[in-house]
Amino acid sequence: MQNYDYLKEMSQRIRLRILELTYSAGKSGAHAGGGLSAVEILATLYGSVLKYDINNPLDKNRDRFILSKGHSAIALFSTLEQVGFLTKEELDQFEVNGSPFYAHSSRNLLKGIEFSGGSLSLGLSFAVGVALANKKDGLSNHVYVLVGDGECDEGLVWESLMSASHFNLTNLTVIVDFNGLQSDGYSSEIMNKSSLPDKFRSFGFSVKEIEGHDINLLYESFSSKDLSKPNAIIASTIKGKGVSFMENNVNWHHGSLSLDQYNLAVSEQK
Amino acid sequence: MVEVNKLNARIFSKLGQSGTTFGIGLFEILKKHPEIIVLSSDMSRPAGLDRFKTMYPDMFYNVGIAEQNLIGIASGIASEGKKVIATAQAAFISMRSFEQIRQYMGYMKSDIVAIGISSGFALNFFGNSHYAIEDLAIMRSIPGLTIISPSDAGQAAKALESAIDIDAPVYIRLSGTLNCPIVYKNDYKFEIGKAKLVKDGNDITIFATGSMVYNSLQASDLLEKKGVSTRVIDMHTLKPLDTDILVKCSSSNLFVSVEEHNIVGGLGTAISEFIASNRDLPQLLRLGVMDTFSYPGDYTYLLEQNRLIPQLLAEDILNNYK
Repeated sequence: MQNYDYLKEMSQRIRLRILELTYSAGKSGAHAGGGLSAVEILATLYGSVLKYDINNPLDKNRDRFILSKGHSAIALFSTLEQVGFLTKEELDQFEVNGSPFYAHSSRNLLKGIEFSGGSLSLGLSFAVGVALANKKDGLSNHVYVLVGDGECDEGLVWESLMSASHFNLTNLTVIVDFNGLQSDGYSSEIMNKSSLPDKFRSFGFSVKEIEGHDINLLYESFSSKDLSKPNAIIASTIKGKGVSFMENNVNWHHGSLSLDQYNLAVSEQK
Repeated sequence: MVEVNKLNARIFSKLGQSGTTFGIGLFEILKKHPEIIVLSSDMSRPAGLDRFKTMYPDMFYNVGIAEQNLIGIASGIASEGKKVIATAQAAFISMRSFEQIRQYMGYMKSDIVAIGISSGFALNFFGNSHYAIEDLAIMRSIPGLTIISPSDAGQAAKALESAIDIDAPVYIRLSGTLNCPIVYKNDYKFEIGKAKLVKDGNDITIFATGSMVYNSLQASDLLEKKGVSTRVIDMHTLKPLDTDILVKCSSSNLFVSVEEHNIVGGLGTAISEFIASNRDLPQLLRLGVMDTFSYPGDYTYLLEQNRLIPQLLAEDILNNYK
């Protein structure tokens, strides 16, 4: 593992960039809440777990990361910038008219983006196909896919999970960014998900339940996979993590930052 | 019945099509249908349903982000004799739930009003996954489904009232965001299947739907300055299509259709299907999204990219007229 301090600092830089991009998007706003909840997951994956080479982005043996909860693209872009897939100049174009970097990602392998997200649950189904193909080709890589807890409302999530275990995709890890909020409010009130880990288990997954902002736990979970089953990590997170007025606030599913709010949010990143 | 006048037209505009439909129209409907059930798939806040949810919690169900289940549950409730409104973003209610709409609303004739919010390019920076430029095409392919695409916020509320009254499955396509343009400042009778003449003219007839009625009116003013007289018709109902009005306008030298939708399968296609078997009608210029995905950006940028702003509409019409 890259040392803890490195990943911690990387997380902080990603968080600051998310805030900066949200502020610069102005009235158009951005999905800051669901971006911030995924920061440590992405930092740990890209900083220490995934095998990739930015100079050989089409390498067949690369690990695949598929962002199924597409609205966290702002966090993915900020992470890809940290590891060198995107330049600052490119990402400065976030939510500028005509830019390829907007609220959801658009597949571009040269930039390290595997999937065009936005319509929930489509990424998970796609990831099952990628893992199936990689397994068929005898590759030794691993496929990681990030879904949201709200996303698990979609029926296709369960079709995908069932097929992942049916095809015994031991090369697939599903991470749930379980931040407990979705567009209309608390996910427990909209569609109860308290038994989500049990559901994953009963669908044939090896499940770990961890605190999703703890880099050590994340790393440990990624590096101690059950090799006999598809794996799932239910990462308990906080929507809007790290910004006092955004944490657990449904209004930050998608929102705009004023200059005062931006300054306050930045001052909290210590 | 929701009435339009100069003052409330401005209020409706501020609320947008969806805000007016669910924040005002729905409350009018309750006076006549107090037992209505409203379902949403995690989209009640953007739809403007907060007030309804708070006032009538027993009449509202959120099914989560599950559009297929949304229509299935709606159909089951409707089968027990209740009026049901189901709403989600237009892209997902039309595409993710397509088979459910075909089976339950089309084949089983479930009396549901399905409302797609934020159609066309309303979700600007969310990108192509969230644009709905295909919904009219696929909904049109379902036998027996009534399809309404309101031109302004007041009309959206009127459309819902009419849709609830007719005891038949209806898809309503809401467009635009907040502060949507006003087409009607005075009250008028809204009738499903009866297009509205919004401006008269001799040379060209523009048939527009949804957000494009206002833009077509503005394009018409620009054409006027170039010496071309244009009639503008608000084709708020895509199905059943008002073919009588097509025949009535047959003395025009050119027909034009304008829609914030793919040129494949929407209003332009519906009109051309009628023209194909009626030799006395003029040629049709179809304006809309030219069968392509778009580069995301703000709403105006997207309309401009697809040549749907008034200046470019006028330019394209003029170029095809001379």
